[in-house]
Amino acid sequence: MAAVPGHVTTPGRMGGPGQLVAPTFKTERLSVVYLTEQGPLRAVRGVSLSVAAGETMGVVGESGSGKTTLALGAIGYLPANGRVESGTSRLAGVDLAGRPRRELRHVWGSKVGLVSQNPQAALNPTLTIGRQMDEMGRRHLSLGRRAAREASLAMLERVAMPDPQAVASRYPHQLSGGMLQRCALAMALLTHPAVLILDEPTTGLDVTSQATILDLLDDLKAQFHTAILYITHNLGVVARVCDRIAVMYAGEISEEATAPDLFAQPLHPYTANLLRCVPRLGGQGTQERLATIPGSLPQMGDLPSGCVFAPRCPLAVEDCRAARPPLVEANAGRKTACLRWQILRSEEGRQTALQLDLRAAAPLTLSAVPRAPAGPPRVRDGSSSPPGTLVAMPQDLLTVEDAAKECPGPRPRSTVKAVDGTTLSVGAQQTFGLVGESGSGKTTLARIVAGLTRPTRGHVHLEGTPLGPSVSGRDPSVLRRLQMVFQSPETSLNPRQTAGQAVMRPLVLLAGLERREAGQRARELLEAVRLPASYFDRYPGELSGGEKQRVAIARAFAAGPDLVICDEPVSSLDVSVQGALMNLIGDLQDGAGTSYLFISHDLAAVQHLSHFIGVMYLGALMEMGDAARVLASPYHPYTEALLSAVPVPDPTSRDHRMRLRGSPPSSAETPSGCRFHPRCPRFQGDLCRDQAPPWRLSDGGVIARDAATPATADAAAAAAEHAICCHIPLHDLAALQEAGRR
Amino acid sequence: MKGKVEADHGRLVSPRRAAVYWRRLRLQPVALAGTFIFFLFLVIALLGPLIAPYDYAAQDATQRLQSPSLGHWMGTDNFGRDVFSRVLVGARDVFYLGGIGTLLAAVVGTSLGLLAGYVGRLWDEAIMRVLDVLLAFPALLLAMVLLATAGPSDLNLILVIAVLYIPMFARIARSMVLDLRTREFIEAARLRGEKRSYILFREMLPNALPPLLVEASIRFAYSIFLVASLGFLGLGVPPPNPDWGRQVNEARTFFDAAPWMLLFPAAAISLLVIGTSLMADGLRHVFGPPVARGSR
Repeated sequence: MAAVPGHVTTPGRMGGPGQLVAPTFKTERLSVVYLTEQGPLRAVRGVSLSVAAGETMGVVGESGSGKTTLALGAIGYLPANGRVESGTSRLAGVDLAGRPRRELRHVWGSKVGLVSQNPQAALNPTLTIGRQMDEMGRRHLSLGRRAAREASLAMLERVAMPDPQAVASRYPHQLSGGMLQRCALAMALLTHPAVLILDEPTTGLDVTSQATILDLLDDLKAQFHTAILYITHNLGVVARVCDRIAVMYAGEISEEATAPDLFAQPLHPYTANLLRCVPRLGGQGTQERLATIPGSLPQMGDLPSGCVFAPRCPLAVEDCRAARPPLVEANAGRKTACLRWQILRSEEGRQTALQLDLRAAAPLTLSAVPRAPAGPPRVRDGSSSPPGTLVAMPQDLLTVEDAAKECPGPRPRSTVKAVDGTTLSVGAQQTFGLVGESGSGKTTLARIVAGLTRPTRGHVHLEGTPLGPSVSGRDPSVLRRLQMVFQSPETSLNPRQTAGQAVMRPLVLLAGLERREAGQRARELLEAVRLPASYFDRYPGELSGGEKQRVAIARAFAAGPDLVICDEPVSSLDVSVQGALMNLIGDLQDGAGTSYLFISHDLAAVQHLSHFIGVMYLGALMEMGDAARVLASPYHPYTEALLSAVPVPDPTSRDHRMRLRGSPPSSAETPSGCRFHPRCPRFQGDLCRDQAPPWRLSDGGVIARDAATPATADAAAAAAEHAICCHIPLHDLAALQEAGRR
Repeated sequence: MKGKVEADHGRLVSPRRAAVYWRRLRLQPVALAGTFIFFLFLVIALLGPLIAPYDYAAQDATQRLQSPSLGHWMGTDNFGRDVFSRVLVGARDVFYLGGIGTLLAAVVGTSLGLLAGYVGRLWDEAIMRVLDVLLAFPALLLAMVLLATAGPSDLNLILVIAVLYIPMFARIARSMVLDLRTREFIEAARLRGEKRSYILFREMLPNALPPLLVEASIRFAYSIFLVASLGFLGLGVPPPNPDWGRQVNEARTFFDAAPWMLLFPAAAISLLVIGTSLMADGLRHVFGPPVARGSR
């Protein structure tokens, strides 16, 4: 087809949300089917969607809901086994569905911009950023070599790249994830596409980089007047960037509304429940149960004949199960696929729709599990211990003393300080939440505690007894007391062992049970993590992500450990599943009296479980203390930035924005003075650059860290109720932060 | 779509593994044919002497160089022996030597590879470098040198096949271990204080099995060829056992007068090698990752 190169979109005057403008991008009753070994799989069924120029349409849904398939099907860019079964899809007047790939290729190049989740995989690692961008200009805008480069540089400038010339000559592996995603965005925008599809563009990034990308999107939206289709599972992100939102469930749209309407008054029970599930920062106190949606997404091969949400819906009646409810217009610009949406308009109706499964379910008894004798619950009272003492405090279950891990760096004779002298302690039956961006060293620290990584310095004590640096040197009685739940449900279970075998093994090996007895207890454990007994003989391939993680938790708890290290146990799961698992983790603590070292990049998740929180940056703790105090002003500037970067699932909230300068740090070069100073929004000048900041305690004490033994200072800080490692006095910090909020 | 999407919610509860394998095999007619040929020869190897119409060694001077007929389906050779019976019985040695040899190579090679990959460092270097040296020689040449020194016998043939194929199994097992050792279930096993042998053989080996099985079937096909080649060169099974390779060699002299003498054993070799290779190729798909569902 003869596409007009260059500026395809004609900036209309009547842009913005609403239906005033003829939609640029429109699908009508689009159905996509995948041909699989198990037969055809209808991943998207009869979806109609329209996006006008200058409008941002959010498609939200949990994984497996078909949101990516919808976008790819709409532009005809499906994998080899995917087909558009029926329906139409029009982009700027051109029908895309069912066209041969050869014709579509030019449409994609000139009219469609696509940014996917993983820029690492989307960009060619063997070509420089500039080369790849120039190719777009030359191929689709028919520009000459020099003009193409100029266009590329101009576009890099527009996505707020600090030094376009330098970036253009770099290879993808030389840039950070956030920078790469900006390049991908620049490349997608180069041809001024009619539609820009953003498929979870910030999901793989840290909150701080995510925040800057979202800020950038805000600016670009105004400049480019493109129709944007924004696909994500993150409700906070859609609330932040989208004008209208479509909620997808099991391959169908369950509700469509403008962003403020959707968050103010959802008119579909699924949306209402989903909004409930999102853990929110602040507001509710710590250790509160999270809402969940019982049941699970229906299997695409075996859909209910009625409403797809009916099996999990508290409002479902006979009619709901009889026939698929159509997507009806509720109010102007609002559509819902619920027969009983009127009920949701009243507050009582909403409450019935919300399955507030907040009461603690039947208490979890792990009495069947043999446990090492644990002392009575001891509440930490660190403030009473005199500052400056370096001892493993007797009431602490785990103490980490000046742990450090250095590895050879990328350049000869350089070292990467993954963990750079960290001291912390975890009380019995308490949860210590460790927060930080990727690369902050939190996982390395966890692995040092577990004995999977040998520290270059420092010690780990369990109830005062030093632990060997490596698991292979640790006594079985120690191994039994210390277990771990890993991040990825996909790799934490052996695919060739059944759930039962996985849970039985530690019972046999560490608790010394007979096989029959172990089998019995394994069944009890599976029940304790709320899995049906029939799952005993299932292989991991037959379980969902959340179920796998439950098995992994049961395995960790099998031998009755005193401390369980949780390394991002829920971050790869959907919100509705996350809540259930967090509740489970909390319940198990109440039932079994276990301590946790809970690691996460998600402050909201940490807040719900933790008694104590430590905030880590470039291998060192910047702030630590009582959970409530860490999450309240005064914060360390880094904590403050982390908190303000989290997108709030409320489009009306005008968050005060505090963004970090520069790109995420590399632990290859630890900055001088305060390690946070190059990115600190409250940078104070030479003092921050030249001198290591002291620990400032909440009781007014100040412990200098640049003494001969910084470890002593750290130990004192670890013992305090709340400590911040910063040059700015606490009351000044509090004042600055108060001013920023106003 | 992202990898995690596939597994979440268990969209498709996968049926039992064996059923999946069988269904995938059934969908590949070529591989199915190969598998059929393989098992046909396996049955022949097991029942050879029982179903053979004549004694494979019985000479009959009156029946020399007979062309194929109802009495002798594949004709007779220069000693008046029934070619059909000799081909049938010859299958036994092929499976016996090639099979045991490949199995031995698989067991030893896999163990060495697991050890090299998991223990690493000096063990890895030592084991892999020695195996590299073995790989540096052309297979047939090495086999001939070894057999010429040790003298042809069943045991020596098996050992030669094993020595030749150990490096391939070791390399595959090692690469699987390098991939698996950083998986979290292995770390969970280490955190339980599992012994090294348990981690290697109970946690890792089952996961490394599919590619090893594929490799074993490929190596078996090669070993048939190797046994036949050595037989042809006079280094195979000592007479009077009917070795396909030696049959081909002996038939060369009589090719003009009795082409069937050469044709049928040669066809048996080709058919079994091709059939096994096709089966191996099919197994690769059978054990491979599921056909992409949502992935691009």
